[in-house]
Amino acid sequence: MTEKVLMKGNEAFAEAAIRGGARFYFGYPITPQSEIPEFMSRELPKRGGTFLQAESELGAVNMAYGAGAAGGSVFLSSSSPGIALMQEGMSFLCSAEVPVVILNVSRGGPGIGGIQPGQADYFQATRGGGNGDYKLIVFAPASIQEAVDLIYESVALSDAWQNPIMIFADGIMGQMMEPITLPQARPFIEEADIAAKKPWAIVGYGNDDGNRRVVKSLRMQPDELEAHVEKLFKKYEQAKTALCRYESTNVADADIVFVAFGTVARITKEAIDILEAQGIRAGLIRPISLWPFPYGAFDEVGSKTTVVISAELSMGQMIDDVKLGIGGRKPVRLIHRTGGMIPTSIEIAERAKKIYEELR
Amino acid sequence: MKSVFTYTNGMTPVDTSYCPGCTHGIAHRLIMETLEEMGKLGEAIGAAPIGCSVQAHKFMNVDMCESAHGRAPAVASGIKRVHPNKLVFTYQGDGDLASIGMGEIVHAAARGEKICTFFINNCIYGMTSGQMAPTTLVGQKTTTSQDGRTVEQAGMPIKMSELIATLDCAVYVERVALDTPAHIRLAKKAVRRAFAVQEKKLGFAFVEMLSTCPTNWGLTPPDSMKWLADKMIPFYPLGVLKEPEDIQ
Repeated sequence: MTEKVLMKGNEAFAEAAIRGGARFYFGYPITPQSEIPEFMSRELPKRGGTFLQAESELGAVNMAYGAGAAGGSVFLSSSSPGIALMQEGMSFLCSAEVPVVILNVSRGGPGIGGIQPGQADYFQATRGGGNGDYKLIVFAPASIQEAVDLIYESVALSDAWQNPIMIFADGIMGQMMEPITLPQARPFIEEADIAAKKPWAIVGYGNDDGNRRVVKSLRMQPDELEAHVEKLFKKYEQAKTALCRYESTNVADADIVFVAFGTVARITKEAIDILEAQGIRAGLIRPISLWPFPYGAFDEVGSKTTVVISAELSMGQMIDDVKLGIGGRKPVRLIHRTGGMIPTSIEIAERAKKIYEELR
Repeated sequence: MKSVFTYTNGMTPVDTSYCPGCTHGIAHRLIMETLEEMGKLGEAIGAAPIGCSVQAHKFMNVDMCESAHGRAPAVASGIKRVHPNKLVFTYQGDGDLASIGMGEIVHAAARGEKICTFFINNCIYGMTSGQMAPTTLVGQKTTTSQDGRTVEQAGMPIKMSELIATLDCAVYVERVALDTPAHIRLAKKAVRRAFAVQEKKLGFAFVEMLSTCPTNWGLTPPDSMKWLADKMIPFYPLGVLKEPEDIQ
């Protein structure tokens, strides 16, 4: 049954993963997501799942790969520097077509950076932080409720697409509390049912020795590897349509069109109200899927618009996709803070107004 | 006519990719033959490493996956948590296990993961064509220690079995060699004991197999066997370092 509760983001994310059917969690402490492994260590065993604290993020992502390859439904979480360490595994997971849901409660970088929120992992998430040709499916929630719903859905979605799905949250979302409605728990897949539900999984072939399974990513013959990568990209091509998600508000007749995701989108919505009171009409494109990026959303931008503004917690990463989306039809500008600094709605409104007046 | 020797069903009927005189083939066969004799081929799941045996799944007739370099123990830990009653094993070389994979092997052993690790130690990186490994003997010439390994420059070789044996939950640790028929028979017993430890859920089982690399050692296959006996065994002594009472 669904229930309404007041929960801290990190705990809500973990609860959503369990309810979505993730039976296996491999974690490693890193701020600002350490409440997730703590919650999982307490809750998962009680409900018939498995929690395991890994020795490192490398250990965690490779445990996830093993458990996923063996047909388990797996949830992983970390934060930016830890996610960087997991890139080896992400490339492997994509090539081997092993489903896993990976949550990044992101923080400021580069290097160890800081523990305050950031969005500077955008390139890492959408451009592939690991080696080779692959794509992660990346969803960016803007509230704890949306994160809960996306994590819950992604457990099944990852299975269906046989590809890792990354949930790109941030330290604000992980650390704050909001009232949420929790979805109804899905039953875990029983070990005995894995072979039927996931015929590709390595489960030990039993008496059926004509049907040995191998999960792999090495393809020594170039033509074989090329064919495999092309097969993966056929899947990604379908995902571009099927999994593209965004929210669009007042875009068609806006003076300014903002593009923002996650927490920044929420702050930007307030900035839009401030501008409205000053007689400037602003709209918002909020990408929910960062990959596939909703380029099509920019078709709505009309002749009235003076400028498209990318608002980000980075030195400007999503802005590259914004430029691709708008295709040179409008000037594109950046409003940003980085390093864990968060702009206020007033700050965004003032900076946007200044940009708008300069370009009018 | 009674057959006295047959090819094991545990090995697929394809030629391996290993060099003449390499002992990977022997190690493969011992593990697979043991699983076949136990009637467990259909209940075994293996994690292959990076290295010459990256494609062990082509030859080992069980469900398998590849692992990134050194990570097989973490991968196998994940597999075992999903299938606690299946026989899960890793098969790893020394560059893989003792160098890049040190974190994964030590922690899998420390956690007492109920898996078996078969550690193929030939004192050198094979697939990347003969670089110094953590296990390379002092004085041994490799492509990255061309005048021979020195203690001053690279420290001493790591004795993995001794290191793993210090961990309480690594309940079975044995070092064997694949250079003579007598040693190979002992190696097979070690494989059988390792799987027995796993069947009884006693903890982590580790079997180190001293192996050859004629190609990168620059020796003939017979000379390689002799080098293993003369150089490796004195530094890496054979025998059981630890075993649980239940399997003695």
